[in-house]
Parts: sequence; C-alpha cells; structure tokens
Amino acid sequence: MILIKLFWSFFQIGMFSIGGGMAAIPLIQNQVVNLHNWLTLTEFTDLITIAEMTPGPIAVNAATFVGIRIAGIPGAIIATVGCVLPSCIIVSLLAWVYFKFNELTVVQGVLSCLRPAIVALIASAGLSIFTLAVWGEGGFSTNPQTINFISVLLFTAAIFILRKWKPHPIYVMLGSGIIGGAIYLLI
Amino acid sequence: MNHKNNTYIKLFTSAFYLSAFTFGGGYVIIPLMKKKLVDDLQWIEEDEMLNITAIAQSSPGAVAVNAAILLGYRVAGVLGALVTVLGTVLPPLITLSVISIFYTTFRGNTVVNAVLKGMQAGVAAVIADVVLNIGRNVLKQKDIVSSVIMVGAFFAAFFLKINVIYIILVCGCIGAVRFLIRMEEVQKGDDSQ
Repeated sequence: MILIKLFWSFFQIGMFSIGGGMAAIPLIQNQVVNLHNWLTLTEFTDLITIAEMTPGPIAVNAATFVGIRIAGIPGAIIATVGCVLPSCIIVSLLAWVYFKFNELTVVQGVLSCLRPAIVALIASAGLSIFTLAVWGEGGFSTNPQTINFISVLLFTAAIFILRKWKPHPIYVMLGSGIIGGAIYLLI
Repeated sequence: MNHKNNTYIKLFTSAFYLSAFTFGGGYVIIPLMKKKLVDDLQWIEEDEMLNITAIAQSSPGAVAVNAAILLGYRVAGVLGALVTVLGTVLPPLITLSVISIFYTTFRGNTVVNAVLKGMQAGVAAVIADVVLNIGRNVLKQKDIVSSVIMVGAFFAAFFLKINVIYIILVCGCIGAVRFLIRMEEVQKGDDSQ
C-alpha cells in the first residue's frame, strides 16, 4: 500500500514539474510535506540542500531520499520509477507530434502561461524555506525574539554574493554551512 | 549482435558518466550530451539535437531524463531509451541512497545539525536568486497576463495554500485558451487581407 502511495505521489511530481530545474521543488513539498507528512519542513529543506549539491535531477534525488526512508530500497526504486514514467510517456507523445507536424506551438503557448506560475510556486516554496531558516519550525512570528539573526545575516550575505559574483550555488551553500555551523557551535 | 550490444553499453556508460558528474541539472547536462553524442560519437546530427532539446524542455519532468529518453530512442529504439534512462537515473539513485543512510544516522549529531542549520539560509538564498532571475525576465516581457498569473499563483500557493497541481492546471488552461484566441486573430487577419 505504501509503495503504491509513493509511486503515485512521485508520478504526480514527475507529471507536473514543468520547466525543469527547480520546478519540482514546490511539487515535492506539496506531496511529501503537505499531503503525506513523510518529511518535516526541516527534513525537506535538508533534502533540497542535498539535492542541490549532488548530481542528478532534484525529483530523482527526492524520490530516492523519500522512498528509502519510507520503504527502504524498494521504496527508492518504486518512487524513482514513478517520477520518471510520466516523462517517458509524454516525451514519446510530444516527439511524435513534433515530427508529424514539425511544430510545438500549442505546447509552447501553454508553457508561456506556465512559466510565470512556476516561478511563483518556486518563490512560495523558497519563502517557506526562508521562514524555516529565520523563525524555525514554529513559523513566522512578529516577536523579534523568535528571529534567528545569524540566519538573516547568512541569507543577506549569500544573496549579495550570488547577485554580485554569480558563483556556483554549491559554494554558497557550503560556505553558509561552514560559517553558520561554526557560529552555531561557538555560541 | 555484438555491434548492437556495444551500442547499448556505450549508451549506458555515456549516460551514467554524464549523470554522475554533472551538477546543476538539465540545462548543464544537455550541452554535455550534445558534445558526447554529436561531436564525439557522431550518432546524432546537430539539427536533430536542437529538436531533441526543444522537446525535452517542453515536456514535464527532469530535462536530463527527457533528453536521455529521446537520445536513447533515436540511437537504438525503445531498448536504447530504457538503457539511457537507467544510466541517467542510477547515479543519483546510488548517491542519494548512501547519503540518506548517513543522514538518518548523523542528523542528530551537533556538528551536522549546526552545518545543516547554516545551510538553510544558503539554500533559501540560492532559490531566491533563481526566482529573482526568472521573475525579472517574466516582468521584462511587459505582458499583463504573465504578470497577473505570477502574482496570482504566488498568492494562491503561499497564502491560500491551494494545491500546486490545481494552480498549474489552471494556468496551463489559461495558456491554451490564450493560444487559441491568438490563432483565431491571426486567421482573421489572414482572411481580411
């Protein structure tokens, strides 16, 4: 039963993560944190951090990570198959359409309206990770005592460095992990 | 038969190698796939690679997986597609399996905990950076519908907590309707000439 649930969840993630890259993040959060409670928001954030620092698509990384925790190696394999299967079906379909009509204008028309939506969804997922970093699992609060100022400082420095020098994101995450980790351990 | 087996092995090792050593997903891996299959092995024509890229980026799912399916199929049929998908998926499957075992064991460790807490701010910044880049491009188009969709989708997801799948479906439908209206306008324009 749990294997079927895993398969179906990751099938939906594969099916609706349109636009590549980070587009899968809001869908993973939706399925894994909001709908099924397989991971806490902290574990989900750890997963995204790990996925951003290891090779391979985020959705496949997430499928393995969640699958193995919920149902061991079979879970990892089933979840991975689930997230790859929609690609296999739709890519074949689109390839057929493309080579028959030599155009993808309808698909591209749909995508033109999806792109702004996907950015917004990534922003929403990113904001919940930001809220976690600054306020912890308790969530947003107006009480200044609940604010983690080290996180605020790290975030500000990281975004400044990313915008100004455009380094590879891995270095920024490693840097904030090492510097932040050292500060947390010292205080 | 032997030659055929060699093709499968070569497809698998190429896909495995590219997937194992490419950090940063589809947009980085496609140029590398092109280098391997078009320039080095010369199994695919340059033009065809462009088509494959367009289809891979228009389909849902991971761009790297989509491209792997198309390239595998083009070189060696359905079995070829299976072989390249397996080659693309195995490296992250193995890596993350190992990491998740370590994660479960060491998540409680004080040092690991401190480093991961530090990384939360970093990963939030990385996501914010990507959102700023794409968001600015959307606003630059000066297209009201796109801007409204962006703000509306954010509001629906973050404040109203509407299931993201419904948001994607609705925006996809808006895109389809908008496309059909434009097509009709183009046709009317042609008729009146």
